[in-house]
Amino acid sequence: MATTFTMRVFRGGPDGGDFKEYQVEGGEGMVVLDVIHRLQATQANDLACRWNCKAGKCGSCSAEINGKPRLMCMTRMDIFKEGEAISVAPIRTFPLIRDLVTDVSYNYEKAKQVPPLRLKPPDADGKYRMMQADVDRGQEFHKCIECFLCQDVCHVIRDHDLKKSFAGPRFFIKIAGLEMHPLDTRDRTQFVREQAGIGLCNITKCCTEVCPEHIHITDNGIIPMKERMADNFDPIVWLVRKIRGYKKAAP
Amino acid sequence: MATADYETHEHDVLVIGAGGAGLRAAIEAAAQGASVGLVCKSLLGKAHTVMAEGGIAAAMGNVYPEDNWQVHFRDTMRGGKMLNNWRMAQLHAQEAPDRVLELERYGALFDRTKDGRILQRDFGGHRYARLAHVGDRTGLEMIRTLQYHGIHQGIDVYMECKIERLLKDGDRIGGAFGYWRNTGKFVLFKAKAIVLATGGIGKAWKITSNSWEYTGDGQSLALWAGADLIDMEFVQFHPTGMVWPPSVRGILVTESVRGDGGTLKNSKGERFMFNYIPEFFKGETADNEEEADRWYADKRNNRRTADLLPRDEVARAINAEVKAGRGSPHGGVFLDIASRRPVDYIRKRLPSMYHQFKELAGVDITKEPMEVGPTCHYVMGGVRVDADSTAATVPGLFAAGEAAGGLHGSNRLGGNSLSDLLVFGRRAGLHAALYAKNLGGQISVDSSLVESIVRDVLAPFTRSGSENPYAVQADLQETMQNLVGIIRVEAELKEALKQIEAFRLRAARVRVEGGRTYNPAWHTALDLNSLLTVAECCAMSALERKESRGGHTRDDHPYTDDQWGTVNLVLRHRNGSLELRREPLPPMPPELKALFQERR
Repeated sequence: MATTFTMRVFRGGPDGGDFKEYQVEGGEGMVVLDVIHRLQATQANDLACRWNCKAGKCGSCSAEINGKPRLMCMTRMDIFKEGEAISVAPIRTFPLIRDLVTDVSYNYEKAKQVPPLRLKPPDADGKYRMMQADVDRGQEFHKCIECFLCQDVCHVIRDHDLKKSFAGPRFFIKIAGLEMHPLDTRDRTQFVREQAGIGLCNITKCCTEVCPEHIHITDNGIIPMKERMADNFDPIVWLVRKIRGYKKAAP
Repeated sequence: MATADYETHEHDVLVIGAGGAGLRAAIEAAAQGASVGLVCKSLLGKAHTVMAEGGIAAAMGNVYPEDNWQVHFRDTMRGGKMLNNWRMAQLHAQEAPDRVLELERYGALFDRTKDGRILQRDFGGHRYARLAHVGDRTGLEMIRTLQYHGIHQGIDVYMECKIERLLKDGDRIGGAFGYWRNTGKFVLFKAKAIVLATGGIGKAWKITSNSWEYTGDGQSLALWAGADLIDMEFVQFHPTGMVWPPSVRGILVTESVRGDGGTLKNSKGERFMFNYIPEFFKGETADNEEEADRWYADKRNNRRTADLLPRDEVARAINAEVKAGRGSPHGGVFLDIASRRPVDYIRKRLPSMYHQFKELAGVDITKEPMEVGPTCHYVMGGVRVDADSTAATVPGLFAAGEAAGGLHGSNRLGGNSLSDLLVFGRRAGLHAALYAKNLGGQISVDSSLVESIVRDVLAPFTRSGSENPYAVQADLQETMQNLVGIIRVEAELKEALKQIEAFRLRAARVRVEGGRTYNPAWHTALDLNSLLTVAECCAMSALERKESRGGHTRDDHPYTDDQWGTVNLVLRHRNGSLELRREPLPPMPPELKALFQERR
């Protein structure tokens, strides 16, 4: 099968750049990342891109493919029309380093601000027990591969550049995961309102749509947390919840 | 350039590598009060650990109360064909349960038993269901948990930083020198102790489950600094990698598929593994399908299915079936769970495999079999370390995880890697911190060496050659795949060494275009140094070991030889060349030896 792909790849750095067109030899079952690698090996040796696992598990190769935020390693070439020019651009919410690589350090800064787990004491025998039903939702949030596509597409960060006062969807599910952790005892109400800025989210669900792990970021993470933040003004409700655990939202 | 321009950071302990072992080491060293730097070649949380699927082997006895560290120790030693460092295997089996519980206290959410404890699953070579897991994404849970615990421990994290050389203070470790991948600028770390936790060497092969990062950096850094490597001939080819389409060839298919009931079949539909049970494992392996299938539910009265023999055995069997013309259409064999387990069970237990096959191969694993074949996965050999302290043979240097050798002998059991990372990562961090504390004083490093490192590192931009770094890497991978693969033979190993020599000459003529800002051509060119070093170490040791054992199979010496079972091959750099020696295994104490006398 001797196909040729027409690729329009962003080349450049913080001082400017543009899409450059390349013709790349195709092959069966190729994904966008394969084409980028072939391009690197043959025509554009210094083309910058991040990648690691090539199997949708590490979340390194995020890009905007034909304008849509996706993982390059999980985007098959055969979803595009034959002969269609395919554009590959960096995730543009973050400062560009070069070509397809951006500076995502904002996310690592936000990660550090999230108040960590504070364990309750173990059972009388010194052990902890958790039921599967009580960890299901947390496990859903733990599927996050930190590709930051949700952060890229979130308009609070992307269009309004409210990075300082907003943690973004990735960290809302991080916080939700801690809040719903059966062993956690910490109160994050103030943090979520004031530093994480959950009020800025107006639940357009763009984050959920681009999540390659299909995590229900909005329905299972953000909305329940917004509701809880309202309830948590009542310290008795908060305490009861911490002791009895959260009831799970819809699957 | 007259004086190289670089920034300097100083730490008691510098950990190189931020997968499971590196993160656990950094956390422990920080807990000891040491000032800790953690260097990652990629972004934090993207290291190879993230790809681990099946689980963490630990004899917690949550599913089978009769499981204990002695059984785990015995399984590990037998899986490694008794070439393992017994003390490492003992510590590993004894400490793994505590390390798993500790991970839970850091926030990990493992799958649960009905009474709320950590669920454990079956895996190859383990007598009991022993792997603590989260579906088939245990590595992700582990790295994320360590990462989010680690960022609150006062550790300085240096992301996208590549270490080129270790620096010495006299005979001891004094620091490390490298560059930032995103700017190309140089950085010098002064450190009293260094922990190498850089992972493996799998990028030297063409069909591999390993990412671009796995270029043998730690093994090479150690060797160049004067430390010993052992067991470098032992490379694990995981029996089940994807084989189709070509672009995904080598991507891992977790052993959990077989642990959860999947079976291997050839083109005639035969469950062929029953024809490949070696004498060594006959006592504990079911020789018929009925017993094998009963074993999943009743381990007390049945022997383990042949599908879950250790990985070296299964990889060789698949190789033989394909050679005999009984392979699948694309040169693998079939792995079938669709006809053996309900759809819901498969999707709950193996969500990431379902996703991976659906998206990348267009195969629904709940409806049809997968096509699988061996893929380079893991190196058992590595930096030679003291079992208790993980100290390498250079003072101040420590190694843990895949970068270290010894624990797994000639073949690693599935699940023993994640437990290795936790057990020896912690030990490395602890002992590196103690060493640094005892050493006290100031570190001074030889900065004249820095000038020459800088010259070497920048040479690809200015030299007159015209070699393409990607082409040299691809040709090396082809050579290792064809000549130093699953089945080896003297003439081919000699040929491989000759070709590696030729690749060295080509690597010295590599020329890269563009600047120093995030330039993958330059990074690939520099990684060739370590990749060629570990390729040579592997081929040299493989040529020397004239027997077949674990992850080293010689067609011209097809049997396991008791004489060879008493020695490790040790490599060191002396006067600019590699020196290879046979050294006796440390003797196992009688009380541990007795564990191998029992029935199965």
